[in-house]
Amino acid sequence: MRATFFKSLEELYKNDENVFVLTADLGFKLFDSFRTICPERFYDIGVAEANMIGIASGLSLSGRNVYCYSIIPFLVMRAFEQIRVDIAYHNLNVKLIGVGGGFTYGLEGFTHFGLEDWALMRSLPNMTVVVPSDPSEASALARISHEYQGPMYIRLGKTGEPMNHSKMPDFKIGKAIFLGEGKRVAIFAIGNMVHTGKQVISMLTKVGINPTLINMHTLKPLDNGTIMQVALTHEAIFSLEEHNVHCGLGSAIAGVLLENGYKGLFKMIGIPDKLENYIGDADYLRQVYGLSPDQIYERILQELK
Amino acid sequence: MKDVDITENYKTIARSIRKSVLNLIYQTKSPHIGPSFSIVEILVALYFNHLNTSPENSSDPDRDRFILSKGHACAALYAVLAERGFFNNSDLDGFAKNSGTLEQHPKIDLSRGIEVSTGSLGHGLSIGAGMAISGKVDNRQYKVYALLSDGELNEGSVWEAIMFAGHHKLNNLVALVDCNKIQALGYTKDIIDLEPLEEKWKSFGWHVQAIDGHDFLQILNSLEQLSSELPNVIILHTVKGKGVSFMENQLLWHYRAPDDEEYQLALEELLQ
Repeated sequence: MRATFFKSLEELYKNDENVFVLTADLGFKLFDSFRTICPERFYDIGVAEANMIGIASGLSLSGRNVYCYSIIPFLVMRAFEQIRVDIAYHNLNVKLIGVGGGFTYGLEGFTHFGLEDWALMRSLPNMTVVVPSDPSEASALARISHEYQGPMYIRLGKTGEPMNHSKMPDFKIGKAIFLGEGKRVAIFAIGNMVHTGKQVISMLTKVGINPTLINMHTLKPLDNGTIMQVALTHEAIFSLEEHNVHCGLGSAIAGVLLENGYKGLFKMIGIPDKLENYIGDADYLRQVYGLSPDQIYERILQELK
Repeated sequence: MKDVDITENYKTIARSIRKSVLNLIYQTKSPHIGPSFSIVEILVALYFNHLNTSPENSSDPDRDRFILSKGHACAALYAVLAERGFFNNSDLDGFAKNSGTLEQHPKIDLSRGIEVSTGSLGHGLSIGAGMAISGKVDNRQYKVYALLSDGELNEGSVWEAIMFAGHHKLNNLVALVDCNKIQALGYTKDIIDLEPLEEKWKSFGWHVQAIDGHDFLQILNSLEQLSSELPNVIILHTVKGKGVSFMENQLLWHYRAPDDEEYQLALEELLQ
């Protein structure tokens, strides 16, 4: 997904001399072609995220379209106050590309997890938050983000994400994508959990439950219209995310449902607000926190009883 | 002789700016008169002599940029921008008031000469570095000036920017450090001693000048003697609260706004 995004961005970078790409010294081999195409518009800022965001602000104030790259906690947490003031408050044309969503960097440990980024980014004024679920969406988003004017946070995984679409999806910011329409039960999923959601649905279908799956790739602005449309036609709704369950997609959807008087079942599935002391890769950690397809399937069955 | 005449003129403007700052602070009971008074001379020199920026070209891509990284001292910037014609007089009347025009930290407004919103310390030099890079790519001739406080140098992000600008030889970036020796809770030498400050900047690859930040001749000379090879820093040795005897070198006046009696005393001194 990461390679696909930057391959698409590379073309745009080549043809638009207003695009600058900054990294805080991460992305081994990822930017080699950027350096070759135009070394004047690519900067390895050094291991200095706060400075990178300030520089991005100064570039954007000078009319540039700027991309900033790092691993999620370093990008959006280390430099959060710079993002808040220098980017969001100024409503600048800066795209923040965070790699390593959720437990992507599993064995590298907690310092590298991306579990609270949506909470932070969706709290900021002017910030758009988008999370592609597969490489085809990442590619579409590279082009969309290039044309988009304003601050945007994009959470990427890293490598090996399976495809959720057989052809190029109709990807629009703020417009959820239906990946199969069922009855009674609906699952709103985001990012890598969209694919997990597909696996869960194929299991549920075998026991006679036929849920609707919605890819909520845009966390902000949230597609309230789709949420309410689904709420009116379904009795049980689940949210599915690899993020702290109390301040991500689920709680955003909960707000819309509650404000609009939804009376059905609603359950948020994500990472509990509790740190476990386990060491393992991403799939292992998803098991620890109940986010494997089997566990989610069991959880949903139990909730529907 | 001519130089003396010029500085006499600037001294007159500086007195007028200090009066304006005093009025802004007194009328609104705002903080930060001390750190506003310490930067009056550098602002007057920049806006009335040095910067290629004016109310008419305030969004020209080739204009010089000025960033008040120590945004809390904005009363001095507002007074200078008003005197220089960037503001209407009514803009100053709306300082620090409900439904007003100007906050107690600068908010971006190119039409009024404010390049970027500041107020959180440690941001301005990085933003300036970004503006400097952008200008270099297009071979634009503008320079970027960022005015920092000495206390602000405690922020690690400032040193990230210093390293970066030194490494990339951003010769179109000028840092101005208002060394008034007092930060929010005391003397800088007691909180985080910055000395040897000149050597620090030098060792990061900057061209360093250190001057009396209230002496117009020294300020104008230093601005004329910028390195064309390296990023430039001018360390301005200043006095917090400069211009009003009982405010000078007093931590209290980082915060305090004058009462009626203090206002009259200060005004009398500034009118002398």
